[in-house]
Amino acid sequence: MKDPTIRAAIGGEPPAKPQFYVAQSPGREAWRMFVRNRTAVFGLVLLVIILALTLYGSLIYGGDAFDIVWAPHERPLATPEFPMGTDYLGRDIVAGMLKGGGPTMAVGAAAALITMVIGITLGALSGYYGGWVDNLLMRFTEFFQVLPALLFAMVLVTLFSPSLWTIAFAIGVVSWPQTARLTRAEFLKIKELEYVTAARAIGAKNKRIIWKVILPNAAPPLIVSATLTIGVAILFEAGLSFLGLGDPNVMSWGLMIGANRDYILDAWWPVTFPGLAIFLTVLAVSLIGDGLNDAFNPKLRER
Amino acid sequence: MTFSFILRRIGYGLLLMLGVVVLNFLLIRLAPGDPAVVIAGEMGGATQEMLDQIRADYGLDKPVLVQLGIYITNIAQFDLGESFFFNQPVAKLIGQRIGPTILLVITAQILSILIGVFLGVIAARKPNGVLSGFVSIFATIGYAVPVFWTGIMLVILFASVLPIFPVEGMQSVRLRDAGPLTKTLDVLHHLVLPAFTLAIIYLAQYARLSRASMMDVLGSDYIRTARAKGASEKSVLFKHALRNAALPILTVAGLQFGNLISGALLVETVFNWPGMGRLAFDSILRRDYPTVLGVLFFAASMVVVANILTDLSYRWADPRLRGRS
Repeated sequence: MKDPTIRAAIGGEPPAKPQFYVAQSPGREAWRMFVRNRTAVFGLVLLVIILALTLYGSLIYGGDAFDIVWAPHERPLATPEFPMGTDYLGRDIVAGMLKGGGPTMAVGAAAALITMVIGITLGALSGYYGGWVDNLLMRFTEFFQVLPALLFAMVLVTLFSPSLWTIAFAIGVVSWPQTARLTRAEFLKIKELEYVTAARAIGAKNKRIIWKVILPNAAPPLIVSATLTIGVAILFEAGLSFLGLGDPNVMSWGLMIGANRDYILDAWWPVTFPGLAIFLTVLAVSLIGDGLNDAFNPKLRER
Repeated sequence: MTFSFILRRIGYGLLLMLGVVVLNFLLIRLAPGDPAVVIAGEMGGATQEMLDQIRADYGLDKPVLVQLGIYITNIAQFDLGESFFFNQPVAKLIGQRIGPTILLVITAQILSILIGVFLGVIAARKPNGVLSGFVSIFATIGYAVPVFWTGIMLVILFASVLPIFPVEGMQSVRLRDAGPLTKTLDVLHHLVLPAFTLAIIYLAQYARLSRASMMDVLGSDYIRTARAKGASEKSVLFKHALRNAALPILTVAGLQFGNLISGALLVETVFNWPGMGRLAFDSILRRDYPTVLGVLFFAASMVVVANILTDLSYRWADPRLRGRS
């Protein structure tokens, strides 16, 4: 029946089959929407590739990213062993690229986790209880929004030794206000709904209502926000390492750019490749975030 | 009514700034080691005499609350302490550097809002058009690019391939004795790349935001009315629709200001722009904490002022808010 001439011969479109709706769990429904979104799937595939390369690449490729292995500033592709060339000290850039993603992404994920924990807790309490709790917590949140995040993180990292944990913690401490505001807004909306009243009517305590009744229903926007937070945290970590405030003993993409920035006019490649890697990672994460946002949005689901 | 609103807003802003002062105070105490040594900046150069001087200035032998009182009183008198690296009062150091930062941040903010909103408005006219797609892609890319890397790429491009804009500093040395007009033009010439680098990220966000906001507004009845009475397309878009779509843009502009300052810090280090961010970065490497904390205080104060201005412009843009206090 695919052939248009046959279709025309029998007089237009064949009658549509009756549609049956199969009930699906919201998660599975969202996943179905997600995999149909081409850019989101592209982001996911990109992220998986980057993760695989940074987790296992250096095992296969071998070599320490800090080792000086060749003459400095060898151009990319000039020597087959060093397809991306070498940096100002003669360190292999491919080795740095493979090693440098791990810490960046670990810090990104840890910072996003800290951000979500602080943000969701404060936002939930604020939105649920309202009144003076809300007032107090929101003033506290506003205070943290006044601090320029990167500067504050820089101060924290320098005052307390620059380990990966300090950096993740510093990023978390400066990024939670937005999550808190979002959570609060969701809680304000959901706590008025009937099922919350119903839960209260059957005797559920506040703690149960907050974490077991409202939070799961506020999850979709929070998951999207968590994804985007990972992207922001990765950019943050890159910025701190670029400034030389990261852990100096751990190779990271930001550090590679920072270390080579004095020589950019002699050699473009040691700063270009790590920057591209950061860009592609954040791009992948944000495409996934956008995809999730659309997948959770019932308005965009086709009927 | 509006006056009392402004007063209350300023009072609240002062309270937030007091909070920053207390935070600064806590940070020095929480840092590992003797506060006097921390303040002197662990470069080893601090003599016993200097440490005693610091202890006396900050009242470090007194109870913590008294110390806090002394600290707040000092800052209220614009005494942010002494930079032991420059041997100069921190307030003076920041005073020299705040101008370039404000120039950079404000220029970037204006550039990004003007270009971003303009792109967003035309994109909203045809939600499925080429420009609309371009705005979406550009916004996604703009969000993902590290700002310092954009800066470095521009430096490489404009230093070697297309040398039409200076890539370093704020003034040309050879124009030191030039007239004021030449000097101003020279500064603006130097400003192009840093301001643009900083603007790119936010430009993309404003474009996406104003596109969404305009699409909402363009569907409303009063837009149809405006079209029906024969208003020109330009007038419909920029007069009737934009004014109503401006509120979310203003909100974000206010919230972004802190991020803009963070971004300026990175951009200043890339382009050697002699602003507060560069000062903060250099001071952090020298462990010159009075200067670093002074910059933190000033930067936070700039955000507070920006927030107050945002609130006021809100009332200007939305007459419905004016009646409320």
